[in-house]
Amino acid sequence: MIGPQVHMLPDGRRLHLNHGPIDLIVEAFGAAGEVKAAYQQATSRFQTILPELAEELPALRRAASSRPRRFAGVTALRMEAAVSPLAAENFITPMAAVAGSVADEILATMLEGRALDRAYVNNGGDSALFLAPGQSMRLAIAGAGHGFADRIVIRGEDAVRGVATSGWRGRSFSLGIADAVTVLARTGAEADAAATIIANAVDLPGHRAIRRERANVLAPDSDLGERLVTVEVGGLSAGEVAAALDAGLTVAGRLRTSGLIEDAVLFLKSESRLCGAAFGDGEELRRVRRKPLHKLENIREETHA
Amino acid sequence: MSELAERFETHAAGEKQVAEKIRCDACPVMCYIADGRSGACDRYGNSGGRIVRLDPLTILEQGGAAVAFDAGRAADGGLVNTGRRFVTAIGAGTTYPDYKPAPFIVSQEVEGVDLVTVVTEGIFSYCGVKVKIDTDRQIGAEAATVRAKGEAIGHVTTGEYGSQMLSLGGVHHLTGGSKSEGRVTCDALLNLCNKKPVELTIDGGASIVVQAGKPPVIDGKLENRMRVGCGSATIGMFAAQWRGLVDEVVVVDDHITGVVSEHQAGKVLGWEDTGIKIVGRRSTPGRYFKVSEPGLGWGGTTISDPRSILGEWNAKKGARPGLSLLMVSTTGEQFAYYELDDELKPVEKPFPERLRKSVDLIEENCEPALCTVLFVGGAGGSLRAGVVENPVRLTRSVQELQTYVTVGGAPVYVWPGGGITLMVDVTRVPDNAFGYVPTPALVAPIEFTLRRDDYVALGGHVDHIRSVEDVLAHGGEYLNPRHEIDASSDNPWPPLAQLHLRDGKA
Repeated sequence: MIGPQVHMLPDGRRLHLNHGPIDLIVEAFGAAGEVKAAYQQATSRFQTILPELAEELPALRRAASSRPRRFAGVTALRMEAAVSPLAAENFITPMAAVAGSVADEILATMLEGRALDRAYVNNGGDSALFLAPGQSMRLAIAGAGHGFADRIVIRGEDAVRGVATSGWRGRSFSLGIADAVTVLARTGAEADAAATIIANAVDLPGHRAIRRERANVLAPDSDLGERLVTVEVGGLSAGEVAAALDAGLTVAGRLRTSGLIEDAVLFLKSESRLCGAAFGDGEELRRVRRKPLHKLENIREETHA
Repeated sequence: MSELAERFETHAAGEKQVAEKIRCDACPVMCYIADGRSGACDRYGNSGGRIVRLDPLTILEQGGAAVAFDAGRAADGGLVNTGRRFVTAIGAGTTYPDYKPAPFIVSQEVEGVDLVTVVTEGIFSYCGVKVKIDTDRQIGAEAATVRAKGEAIGHVTTGEYGSQMLSLGGVHHLTGGSKSEGRVTCDALLNLCNKKPVELTIDGGASIVVQAGKPPVIDGKLENRMRVGCGSATIGMFAAQWRGLVDEVVVVDDHITGVVSEHQAGKVLGWEDTGIKIVGRRSTPGRYFKVSEPGLGWGGTTISDPRSILGEWNAKKGARPGLSLLMVSTTGEQFAYYELDDELKPVEKPFPERLRKSVDLIEENCEPALCTVLFVGGAGGSLRAGVVENPVRLTRSVQELQTYVTVGGAPVYVWPGGGITLMVDVTRVPDNAFGYVPTPALVAPIEFTLRRDDYVALGGHVDHIRSVEDVLAHGGEYLNPRHEIDASSDNPWPPLAQLHLRDGKA
């Protein structure tokens, strides 16, 4: 069995933590001593985070309800707390928030007793952010357009501290056909869970151009069991793309009204939909043709000059 | 590097394998993976009922242009074939239980002889590194504890000519101490073996940044030069250069400080007495021990003003106002010029051009100071059992020079005596060839190359012998992608080296 791997990336600034499916890029900004201590705290916490989750995996793979269950692990509790508010109307398991929750947990540990300006923990595109008052961070949504055109700025005064992306092309299975749905929310876990639900809702049930497979055929221990997950999306008419996106937008709007997310952007084929203000002028996004989203490249952090 | 130990076997040996889900134990998630799919990590997968590792296996291409494949991309043909390939154990993985054949047993014909190379990644709990640091500076007392991140990971061992030596790692630090000690030791060894810088502190001594193939940084100062000889030897080598240019030369050294007018080399050249007195224990004429404590100053002493080693100048023995004196360290890095005043006290004067050449010559004769790291490990019985059925036969065959051992294609020194304890210069091993397991222990690639008939006679796993072409085309039990890299031109091609083992041509 391979243990947790910890390395500084060649740039000497970012910390790379890897254990099994968890792959984190961590960066903190502030006084050198504080950054170093924060990295030590992150590294120390990282030693056990995956084994803790593995302990409770069977329960974490079972559907949540609106009444949160108890879990022994802090990360597991974060996952359950993030998916529970969505569980009344949707099938969802805590695994929908695993990436975001791990990012949140590592970020929270890094911040304990530290004075940092900014920090992020990027777990394969699902990220948790920290911004001290007056600080801001720019995120680039890769694949959302040409190069760095689609940047968003998160400011210290914003409520957003989590960013996550979900879609059938990504690492996890999706019940829907969205290429990608990126969500900004208060935590990484909440963004992760909501992105899953919205991406599931971008759909054209029964459409012949969409190939689906039972999740447990592809991955025997998938939390989605026998549910059909998208493996291929063929040609769709403009009207069909619009209908699928609008179905997702309806769900996104509802989550936003309930205060569960701050903003969302939905992509399908060359079209997109915006929900909220953070993504700026929507017209720009709607016009650009987007390239397929590549896993692990959903979101790129930039340091803010 | 992986330890695919105890991985879940869904079939008894020999049974026809059919595609189905299997369990991966590369991490605590323990995914069940369906055929043709990867696990949650995307780095391990199931191919036809076998766990597939998606990290590439490294195949060295000796000489000529090789097609370099990016890590993580499978070889897909189109390789430039120079015919001199060598399958290394880097990324090969290992097998468990121990009696199972090594991951790769590869045959190739070289100069008409069928050779077999057995390739595996060894897990070394008995291993460490010997570090040679080229410096005259005192970095710590013999047997002083060496630490990384506050944990004891080794000690200062007996010094060598112009170098300080460290012995790091070993089973007692890896598994005999606290958990943290083991982890820090493993991490330091791994980084040193992979040619990365590691910061070490020595109890009662210096703090050093060590990186294989790079000059050491001692207490924040980069060491440039390795001395050409001790102070006395330097006098011996360069006495003629100074004749006629200066009245006296002192080469300041922590070990033996030399004085040209008294030294045999000076006497032979007819050097006159100068009335100089050195504070220190005189060995033979012109050679002084212990002029100062070892330190980070001139010539590895604590001296910052070299005049501190001079006693009263004796007029009766030749001291006179205006007498000129050159003082220089053993590496030529520190030097100063003095003249005696009317009271016979040395007064520093601008360094004269005429002496510049001799000082430069000393410096030029000093080699660049380097840190060198040798990995030392013992191939245990279980590793050897993956090579042949009866492990001791492999040991004997290595000792009898039937079997040529390499680490990532780099030649090794096999320590005489029992077992297979080997040493390898990590700079000759391809980058990032070493890994670790949480035991903690290091994982190092190791290849055994021997004649096919010898391999058969040893009780080798003959049924598992495959050709290089087959390995290139299909990979191994873990079916990981292959990637070819240029072999270091300093290393002999292992199969040829094997052939020439006993006729001394390697």
